[in-house]
Amino acid sequence: MREALTLHANHALLTRANPLAKFGVVMLMTVVLALSIDWVSASVALAFELLLFPLAGLTVALLWQRGWPLIVAAALGGWSTSILAPDTGKILVDVGIWSISEGSLELGLGFLLRGLAIALPAVLLMSCTDPTDLADALAQKAKLPHRFVLGTLAAMRLVGLMAEEWQTIGMARRARGVGSHGTPAQRLRATLGQSFGLLVQAIRRASRLAVTMEARGFGGAQRTWARESTYSALDIWVVLGGLLIAAAAVSAAVGAGTWNMVFLEQQ
Amino acid sequence: MTSSDTVRPAAVTARGWGWRHAGRTQPAVHGLDLDIQPGERVLLLGPSGAGKSTLLHALAGVLGDSDAGAHHGDTADAEDSDEAGALLIDGAPPRAQRGRAGLMQQDPETQVVLSRLGDDVAFGAENLSVPRVDIWKRVGEALDDVGLAHLPLDHPTSALSGGQKQRLALAGILAMRPGLLLLDEPTANLDPAGVLEVRDAVGRCLDKTGATLVVVEHRVGVWKDLVDRIVVLQPGSATDSAVLLDGAPDQVLAQARDMLVAAGVWVPGYVPATRTRSGAAAPAGVTGSGVSGSGVPGSGNLLLAAEALAVSRERPRRRRFKAVPPVPVQSGITAQVRAGRALTITGPNGSGKSTFALTIAGLLQPVAGKVSATVDLSDGAGIDPYKWKAEQLISRIGTVFQEPEHQFVTGRVLDELMFGPRHLGHGEERVDELLERLRLTKLVDANPYTLSGGEKRRLSVATVLAAHPRVLILDEPTFGQDANTWAELASFLSELLDAGTAVVSVTHDQEFSDVLGGTELKLGAPELNLAAREPGPRNPEVAAP
Repeated sequence: MREALTLHANHALLTRANPLAKFGVVMLMTVVLALSIDWVSASVALAFELLLFPLAGLTVALLWQRGWPLIVAAALGGWSTSILAPDTGKILVDVGIWSISEGSLELGLGFLLRGLAIALPAVLLMSCTDPTDLADALAQKAKLPHRFVLGTLAAMRLVGLMAEEWQTIGMARRARGVGSHGTPAQRLRATLGQSFGLLVQAIRRASRLAVTMEARGFGGAQRTWARESTYSALDIWVVLGGLLIAAAAVSAAVGAGTWNMVFLEQQ
Repeated sequence: MTSSDTVRPAAVTARGWGWRHAGRTQPAVHGLDLDIQPGERVLLLGPSGAGKSTLLHALAGVLGDSDAGAHHGDTADAEDSDEAGALLIDGAPPRAQRGRAGLMQQDPETQVVLSRLGDDVAFGAENLSVPRVDIWKRVGEALDDVGLAHLPLDHPTSALSGGQKQRLALAGILAMRPGLLLLDEPTANLDPAGVLEVRDAVGRCLDKTGATLVVVEHRVGVWKDLVDRIVVLQPGSATDSAVLLDGAPDQVLAQARDMLVAAGVWVPGYVPATRTRSGAAAPAGVTGSGVSGSGVPGSGNLLLAAEALAVSRERPRRRRFKAVPPVPVQSGITAQVRAGRALTITGPNGSGKSTFALTIAGLLQPVAGKVSATVDLSDGAGIDPYKWKAEQLISRIGTVFQEPEHQFVTGRVLDELMFGPRHLGHGEERVDELLERLRLTKLVDANPYTLSGGEKRRLSVATVLAAHPRVLILDEPTFGQDANTWAELASFLSELLDAGTAVVSVTHDQEFSDVLGGTELKLGAPELNLAAREPGPRNPEVAAP
């Protein structure tokens, strides 16, 4: 958990891009892909994203490890769409109330691909961006208040610590005779008690950390930045690359005649 | 170094200074008069409740507003805190001079702010608006001064040991170039090696910068040769001065030796008197069999055995539908726990001492090998303690955690003690005896979280013993304890041993294990240590998955 928040030895090209440029591209992809449910635009975008994996230092194994909830959600969305959407075209499978037709399969596939194509950029962003660098960019380039940004960053470090603390408190409470067994009501009570214990420790840790930060002069109106958040030529390429993928996805879909603006359909 | 870059040692002046935390009726400090010259090194002593930490926090400029009292465990109260008299650094109030004083606290985890080594050191200097080029110069120098310069600047701070974290905190403070160094029990949570690491780093930095030092610490022996003055505080009142004694270390220690010993201070050369074990003739280190200890029947019987045990805190991970066992921190451990015998687990940091103890305590699942309880102990509950229900566990194996607060489950001392017996349906009569024996009788109605460190420790031992376990396992029970609590605990455990309880303790404390006697289990250096070792050829980050 605590390791998940650092980049380890990832020295891939995209780790050197400014986090804000990467963040902007992720937003762009999300908006463009949210416009239409069709499998052409989604698969074009997805193909480009897969090509970007090496540039972000991401492998398929790492992707699964970090992004499996999103992948599972996309797959479920695709599956339920194919069985529940109104049938059009030839019926492929028919099991009572569930049926998959050519039309609903196409829609389901579009859903699945689109879900993946929207989820992947976020996973890509997190895997090649150090939270500290993101905080630097948000405070220096996006001009968000530094007290808020740095406070959040320091708190994130505590989140990992709390995950370890949760395990320890669980064991410490079992050693007192509070077990995670019995009736559901008893279990709920035990979990609530453990949460309370964690809350107490979290507040203690947080107030000690706040004292540490304040004693290091944190909280003033002015501060300098040891790490300057800068844009480089690479960021131009990142933004251009993002625009290119978005344009390729849209024009391929329009060319293939599958582009359908979900919000305009009713008119 | 430019002239603005050099450290200007700070002077401290207190004139009738007092402070009452929000929501408290009694002031934490009352009527303090004190002068500390620039460059002086002062060790602050006194019983708990004398206001040592409060004074340090005030000097660091972090006392007051919403943070007041958080350190001392009282809940916030609408009532405001109260200040009296004057407390000044170089003639000005501390709050007005950010960065003039640097504060190090006890808990290493909360002394680290950022996740990369260099960034963390730079944090204070950034807040003081030091220009960027100067910051990195200061970072390099500070890391060099505390002996962490061999690590890369992007080294993850989570991979540091406790002693290294405290040295990192010192580096972060030094990078602010403070004239006053405030250390609030900086080594209380560290093992002996870590204590010396931090002490020596502080000494080097003071020699170099000439900054003023105020340190609060129970273990006088550690700091005695580094300071040139000891000030003993006492809880202030209308009639008494807040400063009880003030002078050169040897002089104060000679004058006040008895008083300090009575207050639980670790005075150099003094080992508190403890009860001698009735079977004390048995030399330490001799394995179980053949040593006849007490006359308790069944003493020496095997209760719990570990065979070729491999331990880890991680649970098995699921990868491609298969459970992948975690990498053990230690493996091949074989040990026996016998009634009426002490087993002491020692070894360097990261060698899996606590993990091993938690595994034989039935709280963690072994990675490999097995933990088995004999029929004598299990009494029908089965062979594997990990599979026991919580009620079955507590009446057989009791575990006292390093942090007492982790084990508090109620809001009142008496309920805390009754909790185990009530669940088990028997043993409530033993509670009074434990209250008496561990001097908790006057505290029955108090909230466990508001007790002092020593009281919390005594309570956590009492609560676990209330369930009457035959095996008692303790994780670093003497960490950060004053000499009085230490002696009480050691004596009490030696009594338990003589009465037939098996005592397993994870400890760095040689004197403590000498009192208990018994066998020592030494765990070797860790097999895979992500925490950086001291200068080595390998980049520790390589081991990251």
